[in-house]
Amino acid sequence: MDAVTEEQQTGVVLGVLVPGIPHPLLCPEQNAGWTRLRQAFDAVRDRIRELQPDLLVVYSTMWTSIIGHQIQADPEPTWVHVDELFHDLGSIPYTFRIDAPFAHALKASMEARGLAARTVAYEGFPIDTGSVVALKLLNPDNAVPAVIVSSNMYSDRAETLVVGKACRDAIDAGKRRAVVVVVGTLSNRLFTDWIDPEDDHVHSAKDDEWNRKILEFLGQGRLEDTAQLSREIQRQVRIPKVVSFKPMWWWSAVMGQHNRYKGEVLAYEALFGTGSAVVTLTPDESGVGEKEFDEDDVERFRGDRNVIA
Amino acid sequence: MGRIVYGALAPHPPHLVYAENPPQNEPRAECGWETLRWGYERMRRDLADIEYDAIVVLSPHWQTYVGTHFLGVPHFKSLSVDPIFPNLFRYRYELDVDVPLAEAMCAEASKAGLVTKMMRNPDFRVDYGTIVSCHLTDPAWRKPIVSISSQRSTAFYSVEVMQEQMIALGHATRRAIEATDRRVVLLASESLSHRHFVNEGPMPEDMSREHITNHHQYLWDMRLIEQLRSGRTREVVEQMPEFTEQAVSESDSGALTWLLAALDFPSYPAELYGYGTVIGTGNAVMGWAPPTPKEA
Ligand SMILES: [Fe+2]
Repeated sequence: MDAVTEEQQTGVVLGVLVPGIPHPLLCPEQNAGWTRLRQAFDAVRDRIRELQPDLLVVYSTMWTSIIGHQIQADPEPTWVHVDELFHDLGSIPYTFRIDAPFAHALKASMEARGLAARTVAYEGFPIDTGSVVALKLLNPDNAVPAVIVSSNMYSDRAETLVVGKACRDAIDAGKRRAVVVVVGTLSNRLFTDWIDPEDDHVHSAKDDEWNRKILEFLGQGRLEDTAQLSREIQRQVRIPKVVSFKPMWWWSAVMGQHNRYKGEVLAYEALFGTGSAVVTLTPDESGVGEKEFDEDDVERFRGDRNVIA
Repeated sequence: MGRIVYGALAPHPPHLVYAENPPQNEPRAECGWETLRWGYERMRRDLADIEYDAIVVLSPHWQTYVGTHFLGVPHFKSLSVDPIFPNLFRYRYELDVDVPLAEAMCAEASKAGLVTKMMRNPDFRVDYGTIVSCHLTDPAWRKPIVSISSQRSTAFYSVEVMQEQMIALGHATRRAIEATDRRVVLLASESLSHRHFVNEGPMPEDMSREHITNHHQYLWDMRLIEQLRSGRTREVVEQMPEFTEQAVSESDSGALTWLLAALDFPSYPAELYGYGTVIGTGNAVMGWAPPTPKEA
């Protein structure tokens, strides 16, 4: 087996971005854009089946943690989930298949890079809506075992990059063939009043323009370029629920901090005002140039500097 | 005529329930956060002399970016696991909701121009902020509750916009209660300063590690407490934008603003039952007993 084939066998074979708002799961038929998002989820589900990975790693921006990062490690979490905002869309019963040994290996990888980490395996642990939506739609029969990683509410770039690298370490050390799934929206401004489903649109022209710029980059496979833009994206189109726009940092760190990907934007639609996209990135030797980046790389987390109030 | 018989700032660190080892909570503790737990104990003693029919709580951990939501299912029984501190809080709850009161408050808030919604899904899991504050106020759950969500307009707009809405909601809450026959206890479920440590020791109740995150947070907490103890509640509302930002306060939820508005900005002093830190955040248990109509 030559080196290239070897690379395709293990490591991260596909990266996916999906929104975590529940409409594509619960009521896709109510809006044409939501239907297209659902179709894109379904297309990614089929792609994952074809790729036959042995692991899904979900990083959900909708699961916040405070004590470092948490990793779901209950082998078979089961619950009937109800979204705290869109509770009237219905309940979501689920049973997932979690790769508990990998969760423990991932905790060790995180600690080896200086991060605080812990696994959680408790009956009734509240798995966030975004992770539930992603796993229900992308892995409906639990064919692939998964892990879910939280997003620390205080973490900034350095910590998030190191979390991504620790995930990559664990995937590599386990010789796993992984698909990584980032759960999050682009612009995240929801409407603050109820809307008729058919009236859904991205909240503002500015949000829409930024979303399209981000997707132009991702469509060209420019993952690290997008990651380097994260602070600007946070300033321009993110409601500051958390300190920074982190998913691109994690995504780039786990897949490789460069632009050598084949990008595909399967859908871009409004979801209750937010910009929601389904995007895939496949490692690919072609790619858009190597540039100098403003932000430095980091390998090991040494703690925050305690400058935030 | 119904009325608000008591209002409290009732923070919800799950650590306080954990440290008390009630039968509903699975994890066991040796001790911990006593000054706050003793504070709640004293509040419960005062509440024992007050007759009331329902508890209404506004919780930051039911986050609804679209409008203010009200619990609208008569009975809940389930397991609450804290998503952030699951090692400390895995609590089996069973509670009744005063649905007619919730509906009255929801309708009144709507009339005041606020975006509202009744929560009618029986599978809904009641948020842990509501459960912790209500447990610490009445561990036996003798009275029905109403839980009100936090609609997060601080994040979407600003503290000023949030306060405008929470003042309207507080007034609507009061009007709705007065139009019923209920005697109601209101709880603002929130911490004061709210910067956490991001590490936890092997024994979470090891009090040798517990202190405020930084001095600056402590100064803000003391300032707020002094203002509330001396009846300067309008001043608190006026400085809320600075406090919320600089102390990274959980007042971004609007719970305290809502409570003060519902109590009609009391100029009588609040009783301070206890102050303490929990994983670095500042927490005060404080109560207001509005004068009865004939006293007033
Ligand atoms: Fe809280």
